[in-house]
Amino acid sequence: MSPRPGVVLEVDRSTPPTLFWHGEGFRLEKLPVGSRIVYAPEPVSPLANPDSAIRQALENPLGDSAPLSSLLRPEMKLTIAFDDVSLPLPPMRAPDVRQRVIEAVLQMAAEKGVDDVQLIAALALHRRMTDDELRHILGERVFNAFAPYGLLRQHDAEDPSNLVHLGFTDEGEDVEINKRAAESDLLIYVNINLVAMDGGHKSVATGLSSYKSLKHHHNVRTMQHSRSFMDMHHSELHTSNWRMGKVIADAGVKVFQIETTLNTDTFPEQFRFLQRREWEWALADRAGFFASSRALERTPPGLARKIFHSIKAPHCLASVQAGEVGPVHARTLEHVHRQQLVTVEGQSDILTMGLPFISPYNVNSIMNPILVACLGLGYFFNLYRGRPLVREGGVVIMSHPTPWAFNPVHHPSYIDFFEQVLAETTDMFEIESKYETTFATDPWYIHLYRTGHAYHGVHPFYMWYWCAHALSHLSRVIVVGGERAAVRRLGFSPASTFSDALEMAEDAVGRNPSITHIHTPPLLIADVQ
Amino acid sequence: MSRSAARELALFLLRAPTRPAGVEAPRLKSRTGVEYPTEWARRYAVRLARAMVLDDVTLPLVTAAARPAFYGRDALERLEGPVIVAANHASHLDTAILLASLPPKRRHHTVVAAAADYFFDRHWKAALSAFSLGAIPMERVKVNRRSADAAAALIEEGWSLIIFPEGGRSPHGWGQEFKGGAAYLAKRCQVPVAPVHLRGTRAILPKVPEPARSRFRPGKTAVRFGELLWPSEEEDARRFAARIEAAVALLADEAEGDWWTARLRAGRAETPSLRGPAVSPWRRAWSLPASADPSRRPSGRPEGSAATAWDEG
Repeated sequence: MSPRPGVVLEVDRSTPPTLFWHGEGFRLEKLPVGSRIVYAPEPVSPLANPDSAIRQALENPLGDSAPLSSLLRPEMKLTIAFDDVSLPLPPMRAPDVRQRVIEAVLQMAAEKGVDDVQLIAALALHRRMTDDELRHILGERVFNAFAPYGLLRQHDAEDPSNLVHLGFTDEGEDVEINKRAAESDLLIYVNINLVAMDGGHKSVATGLSSYKSLKHHHNVRTMQHSRSFMDMHHSELHTSNWRMGKVIADAGVKVFQIETTLNTDTFPEQFRFLQRREWEWALADRAGFFASSRALERTPPGLARKIFHSIKAPHCLASVQAGEVGPVHARTLEHVHRQQLVTVEGQSDILTMGLPFISPYNVNSIMNPILVACLGLGYFFNLYRGRPLVREGGVVIMSHPTPWAFNPVHHPSYIDFFEQVLAETTDMFEIESKYETTFATDPWYIHLYRTGHAYHGVHPFYMWYWCAHALSHLSRVIVVGGERAAVRRLGFSPASTFSDALEMAEDAVGRNPSITHIHTPPLLIADVQ
Repeated sequence: MSRSAARELALFLLRAPTRPAGVEAPRLKSRTGVEYPTEWARRYAVRLARAMVLDDVTLPLVTAAARPAFYGRDALERLEGPVIVAANHASHLDTAILLASLPPKRRHHTVVAAAADYFFDRHWKAALSAFSLGAIPMERVKVNRRSADAAAALIEEGWSLIIFPEGGRSPHGWGQEFKGGAAYLAKRCQVPVAPVHLRGTRAILPKVPEPARSRFRPGKTAVRFGELLWPSEEEDARRFAARIEAAVALLADEAEGDWWTARLRAGRAETPSLRGPAVSPWRRAWSLPASADPSRRPSGRPEGSAATAWDEG
């Protein structure tokens, strides 16, 4: 049976309560009659023979690119860059799709006798991964063949000796990327396109670049004009990256892009109810929900976090395409859209969402308040094509415990951003002009980024800018069940219960508002007509 | 004598006197490394205890985890007198598996050459190695006659010797150059060398350089004994060492394929080197045979059994 498409359900009296994620837990909430719930399409069927599909994609590239095997020669310098731990979410069960692809590429390189090969994790300003994380992404065979010899690197955006400035775009944007990648005879980029925002020229132009380059598209103005990030044709972020991609190509950097999509099979069997529609919950699903939600209520937050972060998603390879960046990404987007698009008629006054335990920036870590804001307003709000799910001046109600808690190893600059900057102002432009450079050039944050496992000093700013479009669009943001002080620090309103939140929202949108609930994960893109 | 006086006397007798602050303490001579005395481990009572531990605990455990298959042991069974067993080395399991492969009588009259800087650097490690395996310290970092003399004396007493001519476990799975120790001792004592190839031990317990991590995974192993190699008058130790390495390489070729093909290749002087191809580190690691590579992903479904992205496209 082929997977069912997404559906927009109108809540009536007989609609069972709806599942809301709430950090490391979940709740059932009764939505008012007449509300809409957007359900994601069911996961598409995986490729039956992924290894064979990968080999075929490498040998039958799209666009103006020769088969990979004909691009490899013994004396060449080959660099393979790959997406970091922020993809996919949750991390997938071994073997990771990057492992499969990189093993296939290396097999060809070995057959062709290519000696000079390096692997680079395209971190941009993300934290360096641990050996265990790298081993999970690449598999032991690749890790053991490269890491002990210093041939597996993590991109360092603060190492001037390993960066090269390739020029400026027509708009005067600096294009500075990893030197080894730029000077290689062939740069192979292996990506995972979990959402429509990923991939394309963004892979190299962002993943392998420096702060000097990133600040041209990671800023308040660009973020406000990206409507949405999931629609590259209306995203200033993507337009800037595409301009940079042209400069990279004009500078002679030969990129062979390998893009993959995964199906949205997000949770293992014991949590299967999380991706089933509530009215279809069987006895096992209801029992699973009851047992796990009761157990989680009694579990200390740290332990609950550990349990959730140990989840490995049963994602499977849904498509793989390789070759020239443009045509490859166009094909990839077709696959993403086929899997995630749900048509929704019109906007509503209120958009509700339950935020889960994980975002791209807290894998194996704590979801701090800034990341809560980013996940809700940066990611979930932007899961649309056309128009936002909520009207201008509308309200977003999100559910998350929003603890005033940070991982000091991963997010040191977030702590200072929250304690010092947001305590003073939440205004994006003021924050950008007054504080960004100080944090971005702080030697201690740079040291922690380069030598530890810390996100770059400027990263919390980007997470805050990520909310720019939503915050300029909405009149109010309400967080249900969040730690009050933390929610207020973000400039949002805390509410104890969902019905309290709906009452509070009436101040902004009037009585009897229209409500849409985005039921994700699994991921979806609302195609708002 | 009162009770307190008796106590004081006992303390006086049992406690060592304290040293005055102005008197320099004599430096205790280290008796670890190549200096470590192992004679005690060859006394009859200790050999008996070792035999019981080896036969009843160590070897059954190792055999269960490594499931070794033995080939070509008949050459060894026909031999009277000591022999030098020279094998490739990729795992800590190698010694125990070699001991398991020897006939019981010879096993209990065998010493193992072990790295003085690794197995004999602490007293407890030295004692444990000497007791559990009958290890003797072998210098591998610098030239030292003492360890060679001690080993030669034991061979002349009738002890067989297990030695790994590579000098240590392979960090990458490929063999390393055979050093001359085994060949020198064989020539000096005029005893034969039994070349042995061990297959699969690295996949169970590898030595891997940082930051990779060793993991123990039970699996299957194969132990192949070759024809005994006798030292000849006109051949120096270095050439004899090369002959031993070639014999082990032939056994390795046989282990990956079959006896006849390996012989045909040997006839054409095309036996693959134990040391792997002379290419970049990653390609050497990549081209390891699966039996030496603990990190191989099991292959998935059979080829061409299903639709692919390209077909869908």
